[in-house]
Amino acid sequence: MIPTKKEWDEALIKRQGEEIQKKFAGASIAICGLGGLGSNIAVSLARAGIGKLLLVDFDSVDIANLHRQQYKANQIGKYKTEALLENLKEIAPYMDIEIHTAYVTEENAAHLLQGADIICEAFDNAECKAMLTNIVLETMPDKYFVAASGMAGMGSANSIQTRKITEKFFLCGDETSDVAEAGSLVAPRVMLCAAHQAHTVLRILAGKIEN
Amino acid sequence: MVKINGAKLDIAGKTLAEYLATTNYDVKRIAVERNGYIVPKAMYSETVLQDGDSVEVVSFVGGG
Repeated sequence: MIPTKKEWDEALIKRQGEEIQKKFAGASIAICGLGGLGSNIAVSLARAGIGKLLLVDFDSVDIANLHRQQYKANQIGKYKTEALLENLKEIAPYMDIEIHTAYVTEENAAHLLQGADIICEAFDNAECKAMLTNIVLETMPDKYFVAASGMAGMGSANSIQTRKITEKFFLCGDETSDVAEAGSLVAPRVMLCAAHQAHTVLRILAGKIEN
Repeated sequence: MVKINGAKLDIAGKTLAEYLATTNYDVKRIAVERNGYIVPKAMYSETVLQDGDSVEVVSFVGGG
């Protein structure tokens, strides 16, 4: 049996504290790209009791995604937006989820992301990462932006870090290991980077970012 | 001197675009922060680097 909303909220408050939980429940977070980074960010934020997720991806679940992304074998071929919506509803039944099955461009980014307090960049292509970074920081200066660069290969887990670039811009990853050179992406290292991004979102909401 | 990604360079007076042309950065993969603010892509050729500026070039790599 699924717990009631009241039981759900009480459990979150017990583990995370009432003051912080209120901030999480009132937040709207956008995730651009629902692959190894985005699907794992979404699961972490869903478990933390974030009020609303805005999920954007144009792609479908492929067999090659399952080794690091939060999808299941029986979801191959489904749009990632729809598959992740199903999975998140099982994890956090009371969270509000908005999905956009779309390719993010310079032209549609402002419209797609207007409802978000914080935007997570979770694409895999370096040029798409830079495009979204520039468009958000140039045209949406009120929003926080949490991006990722460098989580490919078998480098140390300890080289994944979070850096504050400007007051509103945070960058997670080792900033160097390109999948084109490293040749591989493994679940734990990608999840580490996604965890850095999700945790940065929670720290921003909790007011715990000091430098 | 202009501080770029931590290194002090004698390039005051050059534009950001002129500096980037001397590097291996792929302009399609970067975002540039200058004194705490992002420099719009369209302003790279008009942004003159000043003595004391602190600049960070973020260069994205693939994978996600």
